[in-house]
Amino acid sequence: MAESFARLKESFIFNFIEGARWKYITNGLWVTLKVTFFALLLGVAIGVVVAMIRSAYDQMKDEMKPGFGKTMLTVLNTIARLYLTVIRGTPVVVQLLIGYFVIFVSTTNTVFVASMVFGINSGAYITEIIRGGIMSIDHGQFEAGRSLGFDYFQTMRFIVIPQAFKNVLPALANEFIALLKETAVCGYIGLMDLTKGGDVIRGRTFSAFMPLIVVAAIYLGLVIFFSWLVGKLERRLRSNER
Amino acid sequence: MSAEPIISVKNLEKHFNDGAVHALNGVNVDIAKSEVLVVIGPSGSGKSTFLRCLNLLERPTGGTVIFEGTHLTAPRTNINVYRRRMGMVFQHFNLFPHMTVLRNLTLGPTELLKKSQEDANKKAMQLLERVGLADRADAYPSQLSGGQKQRIAIVRALCMEPDVMLFDEPTSALDPEMVGEVLDVMKELANEGMTMVVVTHEMGFAREVADRVLFMDEGIVVEEGAPEDIFEHPKSERLQSFLSKVL
Repeated sequence: MAESFARLKESFIFNFIEGARWKYITNGLWVTLKVTFFALLLGVAIGVVVAMIRSAYDQMKDEMKPGFGKTMLTVLNTIARLYLTVIRGTPVVVQLLIGYFVIFVSTTNTVFVASMVFGINSGAYITEIIRGGIMSIDHGQFEAGRSLGFDYFQTMRFIVIPQAFKNVLPALANEFIALLKETAVCGYIGLMDLTKGGDVIRGRTFSAFMPLIVVAAIYLGLVIFFSWLVGKLERRLRSNER
Repeated sequence: MSAEPIISVKNLEKHFNDGAVHALNGVNVDIAKSEVLVVIGPSGSGKSTFLRCLNLLERPTGGTVIFEGTHLTAPRTNINVYRRRMGMVFQHFNLFPHMTVLRNLTLGPTELLKKSQEDANKKAMQLLERVGLADRADAYPSQLSGGQKQRIAIVRALCMEPDVMLFDEPTSALDPEMVGEVLDVMKELANEGMTMVVVTHEMGFAREVADRVLFMDEGIVVEEGAPEDIFEHPKSERLQSFLSKVL
């Protein structure tokens, strides 16, 4: 027992302390967090907008008079559906490679490229989550807003979205956790994220166990921490409805 | 009626499902300022649809609605502007559950009428005082009883300072012991000269408060008149049979 512990300690020192190799882990972690954060911001922004377009079209196509507004909405809805189909129908690694080698060829800022790609990707899933949330709100809420004189988007902004957001928070948290782990494929475009950092250490030290287990443990720790945080937020948001 | 009607409805039609269901089949009504019009009728008679067509929550498939001289049904009318002057109270209250009572009342005035939060609060508190709910200003809707919710919903509509109040079965979702408190508020409102259109099953209220009663069935106005005429001397057979069931 004591012997295997000593061996672990030795391996830890060899893998992380010697040559200051722990920097691969900390720098990688920072990159992972940055990409996840920006991707989430972009994803939520895209998700709210596209979900509003999709539900506006579904709810208003019958009541709208033909004209510029209706044509615009129909075009936007078609684009939104195309976006959802393409993004959800192709692997994120392929999207990442296309983003790096085809779309954003002129930039060397891989954090930016990864944030964009994961943001756009996650936006598609968040759209459907938020759209589900919007549909879960009683139609009477909508009518109450409209009857006061709010237009469609004001009603969404003040009345429907805040309630929908509360309902979808667990699903959003789920998406965030999935996103955090999905960014592990960033290495495909040469980005030194947490996973790649661990892998680089493995390549240097020829020992796989210690770096990879530590990387896994860090992901797990992050997920547990964020789940706890979301749970707290959820309870706070709910507290005023009792 | 001498003065210009505040709402004028002509040949109002509403068909659902591409004409398969005819909810309204040509309704003509003029509503005078300060008039209390009560609409009664069996369920499915189109009375709620009629009411919801007045502020275009339900878009009529034919006919016109003229409100204070404006054709609401005209294609270029921005309905949002006119809805501010037409308060609506729903059967299921539809208070915003994520806001306090005070915020429910001031959201419209601050965001739409561009009042300062302070002015809006003052007005809201005055009205809350009058319905006896000033102490619930900071409560959330889920902490209120049904009767309280509906009184708050009425106040929410009043905070927009409307010219007309539309009531869509305001007491139908309430426990019997709470009906009175809501009707009292409505009576008071009527006495103050508010123009009101009320769809209801409360025949007592219709008899006591209405200036005019409209009896609807199968999407048309079958009979209309002063409450005493409608309730004491119903002419049509359909009204007689309806009254025999509900009274």
